Amino acid sequence: MADLLNALAVAGKSALGFQAIFFALLAIGINVQFGYAGLLNFGQIAFAMLGGFGIAISVSKWGIPFWAGVLVGLAAAVVLALLLGLPTLRLRADYLAIATIATAEGLRLLFRSVSATPVTNGTRGLSGFNGDFIALAPWNTSQRYSILGTSWSGGELWVAAIGWLLVILGSLLVFLLMRSPWGRVLKSIREDEDAVRSLGKNVYVYKMQALVLGGVFGALGGMVYAVGTGSAVPDQYQNANTFLAYAALILGGAARVLGPVIGAMILLFILQFADTGLRLLISNGVIPEDLLSSTDVAQIRFILVGVGLMLLLIFRPQGIFGDRREVMLDAR
Amino acid sequence: MPADPTPHGATASGAGTSGESGYHPERAGGWTSGDAPQRLAQVALRDLPWEVGVAKPDPAVVVDGVTRTFGGLTAVSVDHLEVQRGGITGLIGPNGAGKTTLFNLLTGFDQPDTGTWSFNGQSLGKMSPHQVARLGVVRTFQLTKALSRLTVLQNMLLGAQDQRGESFFRALVPGTWCAQEKANTEKAMDLLRRFKLDAKKDDFAGTLSGGQRKLLEMARALMSDPQVVMLDEPMAGVNPALTQSLLGHVKDLREQGMTVIFVEHDMDVVRDISDWVVVMAAGRIIAEGPPESISQNQAVVDAYLGAHHDAPLTVEEEDQVLAEAERTIAREQGSDGDVLGSERGPERTDR
Repeated sequence: MADLLNALAVAGKSALGFQAIFFALLAIGINVQFGYAGLLNFGQIAFAMLGGFGIAISVSKWGIPFWAGVLVGLAAAVVLALLLGLPTLRLRADYLAIATIATAEGLRLLFRSVSATPVTNGTRGLSGFNGDFIALAPWNTSQRYSILGTSWSGGELWVAAIGWLLVILGSLLVFLLMRSPWGRVLKSIREDEDAVRSLGKNVYVYKMQALVLGGVFGALGGMVYAVGTGSAVPDQYQNANTFLAYAALILGGAARVLGPVIGAMILLFILQFADTGLRLLISNGVIPEDLLSSTDVAQIRFILVGVGLMLLLIFRPQGIFGDRREVMLDAR
Repeated sequence: MPADPTPHGATASGAGTSGESGYHPERAGGWTSGDAPQRLAQVALRDLPWEVGVAKPDPAVVVDGVTRTFGGLTAVSVDHLEVQRGGITGLIGPNGAGKTTLFNLLTGFDQPDTGTWSFNGQSLGKMSPHQVARLGVVRTFQLTKALSRLTVLQNMLLGAQDQRGESFFRALVPGTWCAQEKANTEKAMDLLRRFKLDAKKDDFAGTLSGGQRKLLEMARALMSDPQVVMLDEPMAGVNPALTQSLLGHVKDLREQGMTVIFVEHDMDVVRDISDWVVVMAAGRIIAEGPPESISQNQAVVDAYLGAHHDAPLTVEEEDQVLAEAERTIAREQGSDGDVLGSERGPERTDR
């Protein structure tokens, strides 16, 4: 029983930690692009990587202040969004999807390549750039704090606090935008671009704005991740993370302000709970060692998440927050 | 361009307006205040000759030499067309005649290979669809484009022009757009009441029936206060009762001084509401004239039914055909053939 409580606590910490914030910010960005504007960005992780490396390179290599690095990361994400959007947004939706997925993989390979080593340190990546940020914490960051049966370092707590502040501000921004006429145009573009064009709206500009805004959220997520881990390694930014963010968004409910946030928390909770729980069952001998060894757990938990998502899509296709009537309209 | 110097001819000769006496369309709704604007367009067009490319007294839209080809197929090839301001112009033609392509070209949804066209003297060439719409030329689509997962009211509000809250940064400050939004909502509700959709304002547009979507699309287009409304098959797939209501709405647009261009296949509808009818076939305009002139036009009949149709023949025509057939056979066989047996063959090929 105590073990179970412990597993729950560990999973709870995971659902509140910087990884959950990372996925929440990525998913908020995807929500703006995919949920509201209908843009298929399959390379959200590229924006996150530019955010993370924006800080890392600025501080470690160029020696400029942390906050200037944040601006560099955001600017890089905006530029990437513009570069991706300029040629593809006039075309059908699939072209953006192809361009983004290729860019995400290409940028990662570029950042880990030997020729990029002078800037990105290649596969080893950069570290030691978050000192300025951690030093701002109002509490002692070298000490460990115990919260609800879990142990947090002061630094972790500080990153999580600022990260959730970002998530809250981001959600507020999305909320304000989506109840405005601007959000109405975006949702209309998702439904039918030509109808929106025939009513005098410049669809291209709105799509570009959505792509840039979503990319900026992605960059913020990448920054939280880089600062949380204290390092920026290209292979941390595998494009699988984009699809986990999509999973979080669909879990929570697309085109809902809180959908991506709650979805990311639940996703991380399930992943961590499955992990700890399965290891517990194996070590207790409830699951025989020759059926499932503790080394398999890391893979099995994703299978469990996959099964969970399938069940969700069958029985609650709108996600946790979605409106079932709205989702069912697609079937017509 | 030889413009007719007597646009509002009080001394109408009446030539070619044989159907004039019966031309008082019943009002479908109770909101028509007077029929002066409609009369103006109709009177202005009364004296025009029924010929392709004829100059109108007060054209809102002028098309010159527009062609559009898809590969080897010439979808549209219009030499000259003028559309009278404040009138209802029907655009008819068999399937594949290029009506919708012409619509797409006029509204910027497609770019032509050659040609110019203008609205109120302003050239619309190279303009994108939203720029055309902002000038006041708004269209609907053959396949209705209701925004399914938006409510009916949101659909309507999207149609309003110059919304301050549609800019990214002002959207974040509700104070800048709240008043305008409220005014737009009132206007939208007025229109919805007129189109009898007000009870559905909070339903998703995707739950409406096909006819209601047509109504919604037309109402949404009106939210932008257009000067020219282009309706692509507004009555297609709509039940007869709703057709009457839609007809009333279209006539009402004319009462409000808008120029209406519409594509339609139902000839009764075209006869009922158009002031002027333009007939297209195989990308070209083959006839123009008041509605009553169209059904008598041989080119139109040929285009619709094919040049080889079996129309009932008069006695003289039958004799002619027979004589011709006999001549043909005589020529081909060099002898008096069996006239009776080949009577219908030549009739098909010669007409």
